[in-house]
Amino acid sequence: MTSTESLIDRRQLSYIAAQAADARLNVELETEGMTLNIGPQHPATHGTLRIIARLDGEQVVWAEPSCGYMHRGYEKLTEVRTYPQVTALVNRIDWLGSFANEVPFILAAEKLMAIEAPPRAQWIRTILFELSRIANVSLFLGDLGVQLGAITPVFMAFRDREYVLNLIEGATGGRFHPNFDRIGGLKEDLPAGFIDETRVVMKKLRNFCDEMENLLFGNEIFQSRTRGIGVIPKDVAMQYGLSGANLRASGVDWDLRRDQTLPMAWNKVDWKVWTHPDGDSFARCWVRLQEVRESTLIVDQLLDDIPSGPVMAKVPRIIKVPEGEAWVSTENPLGEMGYYVVSKGDLGPFRTKIRSASFNNISIVPWVLKGVYVPDIITILASLYFILGDIDR
Amino acid sequence: MSTDAVAAIPGDTLRERIVDDLRSAIGDALVDSFVRPGDDVWVRVRTDAWRASGLALRALGFDYFCFLSAIDWMPSPFGKGEDDPTAPTPERDDTVTQGYAGGDTRMQVLARVVHPSLHVGVNVKCDVSDADPVVESWIPVFAGANWHERETHEMFGIGFAGHPDLRNMYLPSDFEGHPLRKDFPLLARMVKPWPGIVDVEPLPGGSEDEEGDAE
Repeated sequence: MTSTESLIDRRQLSYIAAQAADARLNVELETEGMTLNIGPQHPATHGTLRIIARLDGEQVVWAEPSCGYMHRGYEKLTEVRTYPQVTALVNRIDWLGSFANEVPFILAAEKLMAIEAPPRAQWIRTILFELSRIANVSLFLGDLGVQLGAITPVFMAFRDREYVLNLIEGATGGRFHPNFDRIGGLKEDLPAGFIDETRVVMKKLRNFCDEMENLLFGNEIFQSRTRGIGVIPKDVAMQYGLSGANLRASGVDWDLRRDQTLPMAWNKVDWKVWTHPDGDSFARCWVRLQEVRESTLIVDQLLDDIPSGPVMAKVPRIIKVPEGEAWVSTENPLGEMGYYVVSKGDLGPFRTKIRSASFNNISIVPWVLKGVYVPDIITILASLYFILGDIDR
Repeated sequence: MSTDAVAAIPGDTLRERIVDDLRSAIGDALVDSFVRPGDDVWVRVRTDAWRASGLALRALGFDYFCFLSAIDWMPSPFGKGEDDPTAPTPERDDTVTQGYAGGDTRMQVLARVVHPSLHVGVNVKCDVSDADPVVESWIPVFAGANWHERETHEMFGIGFAGHPDLRNMYLPSDFEGHPLRKDFPLLARMVKPWPGIVDVEPLPGGSEDEEGDAE
């Protein structure tokens, strides 16, 4: 561990030294600054995120994302809805991995009601959760190429993501917004043929990962555009509450699927948490690639021994959640997604705090963009990976 | 004690220990605490010790900043906005009752920090007075608190002393009101009556059936 740590230190130091030299040069030349607006409608910001950057030559001296173009006020809306209705709302937070958004909310409600889904429902939940992750992150891998000028990966990603979306659609009826999770279990059991079909698709996705690794991650241009760019050290990542692959790429061995006890099936199978010591753009992308592959292995193992039985526990027809407060978070495709649910024993939540991953992940942008060059803004933003709906909620 | 040795302590004992450690660090600034067995820990600190307790938690190893927000404990005067606009306004209970770890004020600031190697989180609350809704900013403790405090300021009207830039994040800068306060109506329901009023049919068997499926 010491050798990798000293490597980071050296990289950090040389980076800081280079920046200090540039800053001195700028003071001598006294160049005039300019303000650059990127977005809200810009092909490289995937969504309506607007970045305001103040530049000195080619270098960013100050940058700030401007949010709110997609704020829908879900926290307020949950207060006028019943518990079963909330899943339809939270589906739309991270719209590429919708099923994963439902799970922590349902788990929080179940925790307050002191009920647990039957084992079969837990297994299917975990499978669909991982399928959401695969669909979500495989699109990231394709999108990454576009940000760097490579067009091919995005076609491959859209092609292979379609197989996963078909599986989700087959099981839940919805490609993007399944609305399938229920308090106490699931809406329905898996359809016939789901298990065999999933095995075939998981194989295809592993091929996709291999192709992507050869095509993109081995590419010289890709490496030179991402290695050593946008370095986020461990302690800064923790302070900003970065989570998911962004945190693991800074060398923090932390995965909520492994490190907490939830009524889900992750701890029933063998898998590995991938980390990378560098904390740069490359590390973040690389960790995500490994996680897609790991997810396909998790799904394969879960398919081997799905327990039989019902998919729904016995719950009252009208769901009233007892008074109390509960916090549940899960390791979603984008990072830690959690709900702080306050119940007053009513049909709907009294207050819900939605802690979404992208909000924290993007809050580091002013810090990380300071001192980078203009073309790197795009790669750093792409590697942090955000979904607009997940920032604004 | 090493982290490994502490990690071997079973959950609830560990949570009790965290409360004790925090109490010895900040003294009587810790007003109340609550440990939900097998689940989570809540502490409430004095308003003037908000930043000090954040620093104390960091010193105890809670390095991961999860979120910061607020709770308005007043029941909504508008209910769920599902009332028939032609009928007289129904009577509503307006007693303010706080949740775990108690409280004295209508609004409370809530934050969560996590110990990255023990995998234990602490929910920290503090009271915010109605007359002077200001607490200290947590930015010196966790730089990431910046955006969360901006959001909380915008949504609840709570000030954060020492915050460099409390601009609105989502709403226009001339927007009046604080949307997540309970006395701010959900305008969509005010403009147009909730269509659900006419759709509701009583369930077969009436209210007794409510618990019918449970055992």
